[in-house]
Amino acid sequence: MTYAIETSGLVKTFGQTRAVDSIDLRVRRGSVCGLLGPNGAGKTTTIRVLTTLLRPDAGSAHVLGLDVAREPAAVRAKVGLTGQFASVDEDLTGTENLVLVGRLLGLSWGAARERTGHLLEAFGLADAAKRQVRTYSGGMRRRLDIAASLVVTPEVLFLDEPTSSLDPRSRNQVWDIIRAISAQGTTVLLTTQYLEEADRLAERLAVIDHGRLLAEGTSRELKESVGSNRLHVRLRSPERRAEAEQLLGKALGTEFYNGTDASLLSANVNDEQAVAEALAELARAGVRVTEFSLGSPSLDEVFLALTGRPAEEPAKEATS
Amino acid sequence: MSTDALSAGAQGAFLRTYSKEERPGLASALSASLTLAWRALLKIKHVPFQLFDVTAFPVMITVLFTFLFGGALAGSPGAYIQFLLPGLVVQAIVFITVYTGVGLATDIHKGIFDRFRSLPIWQPAPVFGAVLGDMIRYSLAALVVVVLGVALGFRPGGGIAGMLLAVALILVFAFSVSWIWMVVGMTVKTPESVMTTSFLFLFPLTFLSNIFVDPATMPGWLQSVVGANPVTHLVTAARGLMHGQDVIGNVAWVLLASAVVVAVFAPLALRLYHKER
Repeated sequence: MTYAIETSGLVKTFGQTRAVDSIDLRVRRGSVCGLLGPNGAGKTTTIRVLTTLLRPDAGSAHVLGLDVAREPAAVRAKVGLTGQFASVDEDLTGTENLVLVGRLLGLSWGAARERTGHLLEAFGLADAAKRQVRTYSGGMRRRLDIAASLVVTPEVLFLDEPTSSLDPRSRNQVWDIIRAISAQGTTVLLTTQYLEEADRLAERLAVIDHGRLLAEGTSRELKESVGSNRLHVRLRSPERRAEAEQLLGKALGTEFYNGTDASLLSANVNDEQAVAEALAELARAGVRVTEFSLGSPSLDEVFLALTGRPAEEPAKEATS
Repeated sequence: MSTDALSAGAQGAFLRTYSKEERPGLASALSASLTLAWRALLKIKHVPFQLFDVTAFPVMITVLFTFLFGGALAGSPGAYIQFLLPGLVVQAIVFITVYTGVGLATDIHKGIFDRFRSLPIWQPAPVFGAVLGDMIRYSLAALVVVVLGVALGFRPGGGIAGMLLAVALILVFAFSVSWIWMVVGMTVKTPESVMTTSFLFLFPLTFLSNIFVDPATMPGWLQSVVGANPVTHLVTAARGLMHGQDVIGNVAWVLLASAVVVAVFAPLALRLYHKER
C-alpha cells in the first residue's frame, strides 16, 4: 500500500539551521495526522516541503506516491494547503476569493460560482459572501481560507495551525469542518501546538522539536509514554511541602517534580483510584489543600517526558 | 458533530460541493494570468483609493503648476499646459508603477503568494497577471490626467490618434519599469520599504527631466544629466506625438530602452519568484 504521505530522512536547512532534520513520517491514506510541536519546531517547514513550496535538501518526500522534488506540478494538482496566516485577499469579498481560486483551478465561471455558493453556505459565510474579507473576524477568515483549499476536492489537505489564535467557538467550528473533510476520505495533515486538538482530531500524532521526530503514535500511546495522568496539588502552607510529598509519595508510589512554585506539587500517576486515598491521607494528617487537579498531560508535559526539558515556548493552553 | 458550524442544510451543501469527484482540466497559462488580472481589477473596484492617491499628486501638480507658474514660465497658463501636460501623464504613470512592487510585496508578506504557488497553475501566472492588471491601472490613471488637462485647456495638435500613440508609448515604458518594481518587491522584507525605496528613485527621475521646464535654461552640467534621463526621452516623444510632431528618433529610443529593461529585469523577476522564501 502506498501512503498518502511518506518521507524518508527528510532534511531542510536554512543556513546553519536544520529546520527539518531527517524526519521519517508515514501517513495512511484517508487518515488524519497531527504534527505536534512548539513554535519553531519545524512543522511549517515540513508542510512547505510537502506542498512543494520548498525543495528538500536531503532525503525524500512522497505525496500520493509522487516525489515532491521531481514531480511538483503533479503534487500541486492533488493537494490543498491552508497556511498559518489567512492567505485570502482582504480587499476582495468572500465570493470573489473563492471564485478566483476556482478559476485558477480550471473551473468555468458558472462552476466556480456554484461551488463558491455551496462552500460559503456550508461554512456559515453565506451572509458575509458579498463583504470584503477585511471586515471578517479571525474565525471567518480561517473558515474562508480552508474553504479556498476545498474549491476542488484535494486528495491530501495540509492545514498549518488551523486554529491558532481562534476563540473556542471558532475552534470548534474548524474542528467540525476538519472532521467533515476527513469523513469524505481526504487525508489530512495538520500542525498544532495543542495536544487537546491533536487528540480530538488525529488518529496518529507525530511530535517534533528542533526539526526532529521525537515520537509517533496514537495519542494514547503518547500519553502512556508520559504517564497516564498528571496530578497537581496546591498546599495552603508551602512549609508543609516535605511532609505532603512524603505522604503522597507513599500512597501513590511516585516522585514529585520540583517546580518554582513551592506550594504546588505535581506528579504523574498511573492509578487514579489511589489519588482519592492519597488526598484523604493528607486530610487526616491535617495538611490543608487549596486546590487539586487530575488530568491528561499537556504538550509541555509530553515534551518534558520526551526531551527531558520543557518546550521552549510553552503551549498557551492552561492545564486544568 | 455539533450543529454549531455545519447545520444539516449546510452539511448538505458542503457534501454537494465536496462529493464531486471529477477534477477540472487545469487552467491554461493565459486563463490563469487573465484570472489574476481580474483580481487586480477587483482590487481597483474595492479600493479605488490606490488609484486616486497616486493620481491626486499629478492632478494637484497640474492645477498648481498651470496656474501658479504658467504665466511666468510660458506667458500664460493656457500656453504652459500645452507644454506641461504630456510630461504630467508620464509622471503620473511612472509613479504608479511602484504599486506593482508594493502589491507584490504585500501578497508575499500576507501569504497569498504561497496559496497561488501551491495551486496547480502555470507558475509565473501571478507575475504576469499582476503586470496585466497594472496596465489597466495605468490606462485609467492616464485617462484621469488627460481628461483633466483637456478641461483646463489642453488642446493637442496631434488629435486623438497622437494622444493614443503617446499614451501607448508611455504604457510600454511603464510596463518595462514595472519589472524593476517586481524585482524590488520580491527582494525587500516589507511592502512599506518598497514605497520608501521608490521615492529616492522616482523624485530625481521625474524632476531632473524636461517635464516641467525646457532644460535650455539650466546650467550645462544639469542639462547633460537631464539629457541622459530616460524620462526626458519619453516626455519628448510623448509631447511630440500629442502635438503631432516628428519624434521618431525619441520613440525608437524609448522602445529600445524599454526592451533592454524588460530583457534584464523580467528574467530576474521570474527567477526571484521561483526562489524559495
